[in-house]
Amino acid sequence: MDEKRIVIALAGNPNSGKTTIFNNLTGARQHVGNYPGVTVEKKEGWLKHQGFEIEVIDLPGTYGLSAYSPDEVVARNVIVNDKPDLVVNIADASNLERSLYLNTQLKELEVPIVLVLNMADVAEKNGITINYELMSQLLGMTVVRAVGTKNEGTVTILDTVVNTFAGEDKPSERMLRYRPEIEEEINSLLELPFAGRQSGSPSSEAAAAGNLDGILNYPLRWTIIKLLERDRELTKKLENNSEGKVLLKQIEQSRQRITDKTGDDPEMALVEDRYAFIRGVCREASQITIISKQSLTEKIDNVLLNRALGIPLFLGMMWLLFQLTFTLGTPPMEWIEAGFTALGGWLNEVMAEGLLRSLLVDGIIAGVGGVIVFLPNILLLFLGIAFLESTGYMARAAFVMDKVMHQAGLHGKSFVPMLIGFGCTVPALMASRTLENPRDRLVTMLVTPLMSCGARLPVYTLLIGAFFAPQIAGNILFSLYIIGIVLAIIMARVFRTWLLPGESEPFVMELPIYRLPTLKSVLIHMWERAWLYLKKAGTIILALSIVMWGLFTFPTVDKEGHEFESAVEQVENSYAGRMGKVIEPVLRPLGFDWKTGVALVAGLGAKEIVVSTLGTLYSIEDEEGLAEEEEPVVKSFAQRAREQSGYSPLVAYVLMLFTLIYVPCLAVVAVMKRETNGWKWPLFTVGYTIALAWVVCFLVYRGGLLLGIG
Amino acid sequence: MMSKTLKDLAPGEKARIKAVTGNGSVRRRIIEMGLVPGVELTMERYAPLGDPVEVSNPGFFLSLRKEEADTIVLEENAEEEQ
Repeated sequence: MDEKRIVIALAGNPNSGKTTIFNNLTGARQHVGNYPGVTVEKKEGWLKHQGFEIEVIDLPGTYGLSAYSPDEVVARNVIVNDKPDLVVNIADASNLERSLYLNTQLKELEVPIVLVLNMADVAEKNGITINYELMSQLLGMTVVRAVGTKNEGTVTILDTVVNTFAGEDKPSERMLRYRPEIEEEINSLLELPFAGRQSGSPSSEAAAAGNLDGILNYPLRWTIIKLLERDRELTKKLENNSEGKVLLKQIEQSRQRITDKTGDDPEMALVEDRYAFIRGVCREASQITIISKQSLTEKIDNVLLNRALGIPLFLGMMWLLFQLTFTLGTPPMEWIEAGFTALGGWLNEVMAEGLLRSLLVDGIIAGVGGVIVFLPNILLLFLGIAFLESTGYMARAAFVMDKVMHQAGLHGKSFVPMLIGFGCTVPALMASRTLENPRDRLVTMLVTPLMSCGARLPVYTLLIGAFFAPQIAGNILFSLYIIGIVLAIIMARVFRTWLLPGESEPFVMELPIYRLPTLKSVLIHMWERAWLYLKKAGTIILALSIVMWGLFTFPTVDKEGHEFESAVEQVENSYAGRMGKVIEPVLRPLGFDWKTGVALVAGLGAKEIVVSTLGTLYSIEDEEGLAEEEEPVVKSFAQRAREQSGYSPLVAYVLMLFTLIYVPCLAVVAVMKRETNGWKWPLFTVGYTIALAWVVCFLVYRGGLLLGIG
Repeated sequence: MMSKTLKDLAPGEKARIKAVTGNGSVRRRIIEMGLVPGVELTMERYAPLGDPVEVSNPGFFLSLRKEEADTIVLEENAEEEQ
């Protein structure tokens, strides 16, 4: 059984097309989770090939294996601790030298590698000819040609994996040799007495005993090299250990000798030697036959990154994304809405009146239906974002926006999580891990909830539809998104100045060549994001809908045990109604009544619930209204909201503003707790967003009244 | 010292890297991306707002802020190719 199983880890640079290859290999048999203890996403997939059960672990995309980002630490720890049978390294054939750098790093971890030169078609078009056989010999591993976007090479990769595993293709164990001055130091460090005892798994006992047993479970040569490069993680491990301190002292002496002899600092000398080796391999095994002319990417960037056009085009792209989402999303939304209305109506007919029917119709269908109805919008939005990400425009957006973001105390890369925040704050917070500097990352996470997520859209759509003319609806919606962005910039500046002062992260980022993504990749990407939203809707929101239904339904009788005379009276006396009334004095200055208060309390659970709660409130009133008229007219949600809430357009706008700004949902609080490793920052976010929402809404409402609006 | 750095390169100009000063994670990232002495870079463009800048090395486009570009020291009279 066991010998029929192969575990492979997929490594590669960001933008190497690794995800496409992963999708080609595993298809839909994927699972997305998290690495334990850290917040780096873990993707796994399974497949069968030549009778082998192959498990594929998708490592985070990295350029090297230094300890400068959590991604790099995870990648190397998976290789060392999980001991995959082999690593499949995806390199960009059109960008060989830089891509092979990671390969030299992987090789030093002493794990068998299959090297895949992806995007070979692009390389060939650029006039690069690669001698795969020669390269295999020079690197001591099998090198495979692939074009991920055309699903070329997938079977060859799998055949090579099986052959390498079965021992037919034997990777050479020869290591990259550095210049003699460095090799001399490495060899003398390898001979130190404690160096040989590093095998075995890490144990805290050994650490406490003050020796190195089990602390350094990485391959020894690699460990020495990394220490010569002053690797943060390894150095930290050694600092708290008496033997480690001795080793560190030896390392420092070696570093000094290397500097004295070569005139270069060891970090630079090691990287230079790796690149010299790579250049040698490339010179022998590849050939550039055509003098490269201006590439398509350069031509596109001449327009998209043009000094005059860059920003208008960026804003236009964002505007287009939203217009498409909403224009295309409306018809299916209406079908779903009609479907749920019909379902509720049917259940009302076939079921006997009672608590169960009330739970099903008013709790479950009203709650979850009100969420699922907006799925078309969210799917379209994520489709657009997936497209922008996989074409390569997302990096350009960061390039265009960096100056603004930097002035706000953020990073051009902060733009990416913030943009994803327009879809859902949960994956957006996860995306913030691409920021290496913890402070930049934290500030980004604190302000990302101000980006108006997809779950807030139902609230806007409902209120805008009910209170504003269709001609200005788009502008009203756009204004909310803009206010969110402006507030995020202001708050980021405030946090960066007062709360978390310090240096910001470097902005060294690759601008990948433009590529047309495969439909499959975009769909899988979209589905992953949409699934997160649905899971949230399905679990937390269903649970909260039932809790909300309970809060609204109970108590069913008053203190004397009499039934309430009307539905409104019943709601007013329900637990939810009482809660709304308790906070009403605080919300009065913003123009909100207790029902709005109830909806906002419910929205603490998840923003979508603001709508379903308003829905529950008005569907209850609606039943009463229908009973009086004795006319089963089915009115739209928007109509009922307009007629029965008594909101002025100003109040409706302020309610949208409040929904935009105050507390992200419970799922966001939970994710933030995990991302920041504690309750401090999520609770801080809850507090600051409520305070900010109140202040902004107060100013807008009072200002609006003074101007005579509303 | 008035050594020429990547920041001083106008769009369209080329030059070879002489040294990468600076330290810590910025330097590490820069050199691991292949910007090591001897490599020739072309200044592609400045961002619409003037910062960051985009440089290229055949087949590879990289963006960095001017403050980071200032740590990359260039060889003088780089226009003369051997």
